[in-house]
Amino acid sequence: MAELTYRAAVARGIAQEMERDPSVVFIGEDVAAAGGVFKTTEGLLERFGPDRVRDTPISEQAITGALMGAAMNGLRPIGELMFSDFLAVCWDIVANQIAKTRYMTGGQVALPLVIRTANGGGTRFGGQHSQSLESWAMAVPGLKVVAPSTPRDVVGLLAAAVRDPDPVVFFEHKKLFATKQDVPDGEIVDRLGIATVVAPGSDVTIAALAAMVPVALEAAGRLSESGVSAEVIDLRSLVPLDTRTLLESVTRTGRLVTVEENPRLCGWGAEIASIVAEEALWDLDGPIVRVTTPHIPLPAAAEMEDLAIPSADRVVDAVLRIT
Amino acid sequence: MSSPSASRLSMYRDMVRARYFEQRVYDLFMEGIVKGTTHLGLGQEAVAAGFVAAMRSDDLTFCTYRGHNHTLLRGAPMAALLGEMAGRDLGICGGKGGSMHLTDVTKGAMGSYAIVGAHLPIAAGAAWAALLRGTGQVAVCFFGDGTTNIGAFHEALNLAAVWKLPVVFVCENNLYMEYTPISTVIPVEHPAADRASAYGLESLLVDGNDVDAVRTLATEVIERARRGEGPSLVEAKTYRHKGHSRADPGKYRPQEEVDAWLAYDPVKIYRARLTADGVGIDTIEAIEREAAAEVDGATEQVRNAPPPDPGTLLTDVWADGGSAWRN
Ligand SMILES: Cc1ncc(C[n+]2csc(CCOP(=O)(O)OP(=O)(O)O)c2C)c(N)n1
Ligand SMILES: [Mg+2]
Repeated sequence: MAELTYRAAVARGIAQEMERDPSVVFIGEDVAAAGGVFKTTEGLLERFGPDRVRDTPISEQAITGALMGAAMNGLRPIGELMFSDFLAVCWDIVANQIAKTRYMTGGQVALPLVIRTANGGGTRFGGQHSQSLESWAMAVPGLKVVAPSTPRDVVGLLAAAVRDPDPVVFFEHKKLFATKQDVPDGEIVDRLGIATVVAPGSDVTIAALAAMVPVALEAAGRLSESGVSAEVIDLRSLVPLDTRTLLESVTRTGRLVTVEENPRLCGWGAEIASIVAEEALWDLDGPIVRVTTPHIPLPAAAEMEDLAIPSADRVVDAVLRIT
Repeated sequence: MSSPSASRLSMYRDMVRARYFEQRVYDLFMEGIVKGTTHLGLGQEAVAAGFVAAMRSDDLTFCTYRGHNHTLLRGAPMAALLGEMAGRDLGICGGKGGSMHLTDVTKGAMGSYAIVGAHLPIAAGAAWAALLRGTGQVAVCFFGDGTTNIGAFHEALNLAAVWKLPVVFVCENNLYMEYTPISTVIPVEHPAADRASAYGLESLLVDGNDVDAVRTLATEVIERARRGEGPSLVEAKTYRHKGHSRADPGKYRPQEEVDAWLAYDPVKIYRARLTADGVGIDTIEAIEREAAAEVDGATEQVRNAPPPDPGTLLTDVWADGGSAWRN
């Protein structure tokens, strides 16, 4: 057991897989010699050498295209997009090529690759370096979508993503990089599509992802002081989505609040709300409430950004409205 | 002497204003007043100053996140730029943009772009509009060496060349893309100039730390564009004095390289040249005093300014001023 930051967990997860499987390679901008702009990949070049850990030009189409080609021909590549916002620069490769190829080739082509990317706000970087884009990826059939909230989960889910036979977009949250946790030594491997109940409760289910998990936990703590018992679920992956854990919880609590960092329209919470409405409506004791960023681009100014992104206060208010 | 002395003094004033301004931005970032990020152009001032001096006031500039200098020198008010970086209500974008998105449309500073390469096709589009509307404007688009590796660079150059657009693409080659030396990620020596021929353009290299040389070449290519003779691609070799962004100490650069470039400082060089050409030290020092006072004044305004009105969070998504999406 050792204390590990979320940041260091990324390198540990990649190293664990590179050590195990020589077909795992890793590329991206400033990831090798510089160890990543968020210092998430330090030491990998030194440990695995320049053939397997490589700096690229600023060429997101070339990066993602090369991941695809390498995956077609026997490697299990990991690529980094420095900020998830840059998905937009290579969306053709990701959404048209990588996502659809297994299907369009009648199952002939497998693409076991991972696109890691720094996601989310709270860093005052403004509208083009702060977005939470899990819902973009979730909307494309053929992509798996993972977003860990703890250092342990970074290692375990990254391993699961690398070993997965299909393409995975792996969202690391910038706001969580400095967070720490005791993480067991030795190999950690999770399975994709398993949500965890991070705080048990009986009055309301709060579903959250990535940096919204600590926000939901803080809200749950405060709610318990006012006598409301909230169950917090960390979804961990959106595709595959663990609806069983979710529906089981909602059936017990009778209430659901989603906490999403993305802007309102078509956020993942809308999908979850629709599943619960279809499959558990008669177990509900109140309306489903979504707490999201308003439907605006994220502002840069600190006070404005804090107002935009869901806070524990807003989650508490939402819960109190329906309990 | 290639330029009349009044405009040379004005270029010196511009460089000094940009220099003092960004030194203050750095200090205020370290103090926590400027939040988020900053990408300073300290050391690269001569490129912006030389080009701005060659532009008409209705010409358009497009720059990157490293665009504080360009935006300032086009005429954007200093306090409003600093206020934007500090997220205060007097910010030029009301605090919504931040340091990477400084924009002053009234001065033809048509935005700072944070996604590498995005603004090259956009500048081409603005030039196309100028051509169609017969305004005689030229669009000038600044970007870095690393940008020459992204698809948008190549698409924009090709389009501008085949459409003969009045746009000038200016590659500020500061030898690094973030922490990676450009030489390790391109197969040619000059990231922009060596690729110009692929688009039927002349290979144009200029010393980006020599403001006179920059202004001379800028005048030539801007006027060529204005005459309808099409785009140009200029590569200006320069160097950033600070790290890539924020508090980056830039340790990935060899110390001898840093020292050599610090000695070849565009502001110092020009100061010496003007002095040698007979400009009195009093004149020069007066320019420096005024610039320092301007920076101090802007800093005071920003320190005393409140954060943006929370009510503005939900404004300006749509033309009606609001952000509504349902009734
Ligand atoms: C599409 C895209 N990829 C990556 C980045 C991250 N990034 C920001 S600046 C930069 C380096 C740009 O280098 P260069 O074009 O030489 O400009 P400089 O910063 O040196 O002025 C990178 C990789 C980005 N903003 N956009
Ligand atoms: Mg550069």
